[in-house]
Amino acid sequence: MAQISITINGKSASAEVEGRTLLSEVLRDGLRLTGTHIGCDTSQCGACLVHVNGQLAKSCTMLALEADGAEVRTIEGMANDDGSLGDIQQAFQDHHGLQCGFCTPGMIMAATSLLRENPKPTEAEVRAYLEGNMCRCTGYHNIIKAIMAASGQDVTLAAH
Amino acid sequence: MYAFDFERPSTIADAAKALAQDDAQALGGGQTLIPTLKQRLAMPTVLVSLSSIPEMRGICRSDANALCIGGATPHAVVARDGGAFPALADLAGHIGDPAVRTRGTVGGSLANNDPAACYPAAALATGATIITNTRQIAADDFFDGMFGTALEEGEIITEVQFPIPQAASYQKFNQPASRFALTGVMVCRYASGVRVGVTGASEDGVFRWAEAEAALSNSFAASALDGLTLDAEGMLGDIHGAPQYRAHLVTVMAKRAVEEAAT
Ligand SMILES: Cc1cc2nc3c(=O)[nH]c(=O)nc-3n(C[C@H](O)[C@H](O)[C@H](O)COP(=O)(O)OP(=O)(O)OC[C@H]3O[C@@H](n4cnc5c(N)ncnc54)[C@H](O)[C@@H]3O)c2cc1C
Ligand code: FES
Ligand code: FES
Repeated sequence: MAQISITINGKSASAEVEGRTLLSEVLRDGLRLTGTHIGCDTSQCGACLVHVNGQLAKSCTMLALEADGAEVRTIEGMANDDGSLGDIQQAFQDHHGLQCGFCTPGMIMAATSLLRENPKPTEAEVRAYLEGNMCRCTGYHNIIKAIMAASGQDVTLAAH
Repeated sequence: MYAFDFERPSTIADAAKALAQDDAQALGGGQTLIPTLKQRLAMPTVLVSLSSIPEMRGICRSDANALCIGGATPHAVVARDGGAFPALADLAGHIGDPAVRTRGTVGGSLANNDPAACYPAAALATGATIITNTRQIAADDFFDGMFGTALEEGEIITEVQFPIPQAASYQKFNQPASRFALTGVMVCRYASGVRVGVTGASEDGVFRWAEAEAALSNSFAASALDGLTLDAEGMLGDIHGAPQYRAHLVTVMAKRAVEEAAT
């Protein structure tokens, strides 16, 4: 066993891990941050996306020891300081961008990365960026709408 | 996963030392290796992470006009900073999905030599040089059938040098479920001639298409490929595409690449 230290949603934390312990296991089982979901555990679905040093990463496909010393942000760190929903989260609610909500944490983490890299994406760019995020419920259209809206763009013509 | 020890050295020399241990294995971005470990298809006793070795990360342009990429450089960095070789930056920017690109590395991709991976096609189409901790290997001597390479046990790809062509394009026919190439073709035009690398087609893995290279070196136009066909014998076949389909797709993607490169 080894000890790792990470900054998780702005607070420092440490955990005892094995070589094979995944970052997703530290988050969910160790730190009880169960908003990071495990959909496939095979790098396909994107439900487990988090930010590691500001970069999008599949927490099911990263060893915890690789995150030693890193700054990690999860869905639990995406609300505003006063506890209200962040802009992208609010847009998902406003535009019905979720149904069961299983994929939503990963979608929000991916959308946040996208808008940081590309503040006014086209609809095609949003769809391309979400290539690694599976949703079994919504059919994607309202997710696309929510992200376009969160970027401050008119969505009346989006995702038709 | 079976249990293993983990080391994260900060120099190539220390990584090489760590990899000299029995059953040690290199960890690049883990985008292929971690799923493999989860399936218990590999059983290393120690994993040696290459993610914290500064001398293995980053991009530069050499005096010999090659784009030199550190072996542990993630695809996303090549997509962002590889502007001196736009077709290669574009290839890197279309690997998998954004999270695969932030972690997956050029060294991992070449070492793995997946028969549907993108970088191997670029290595052959550019005549890249693969630099390891012990030697330099020409791309033409590097790939050795599906998942096979010239790498020795514990050998580390520290850098890859891709000669920058006059014109180039990589055209990938997406396999939307895996997000790899169903079939992909890279065409590169140099003063010395044209090179064509094909991935996702042959049962022997990535290959150069010599007839197309000859035709395109003679006339760099899509029409130069008219009438050229590849034998379906020996092509990959699965539910996504029969061997005949893939053989046909190679010509289609090669023509698209020439058209794109010529514009
Ligand atoms: C959903 C998904 C979609 C993908 N789509 C594509 C795609 O479209 N095109 C594509 O080309 N690839 C694709 N990939 C694969 C991706 O590019 C991987 O990053 C790559 O194959 C392996 O690189 P890695 O750095 O993650 O290596 P790892 O998974 O860490 O390692 C792979 C192998 O290489 C060895 N290795 C790693 N680095 C080195 C090195 N520097 N020197 C020597 N040996 C080394 C390891 O020991 C291991 O055997 C996809 C992967 C996923 C999960
Ligand atoms: S749980 Fe990590 S990609 Fe599906
Ligand atoms: S809302 Fe149910 S999987 Fe996306």
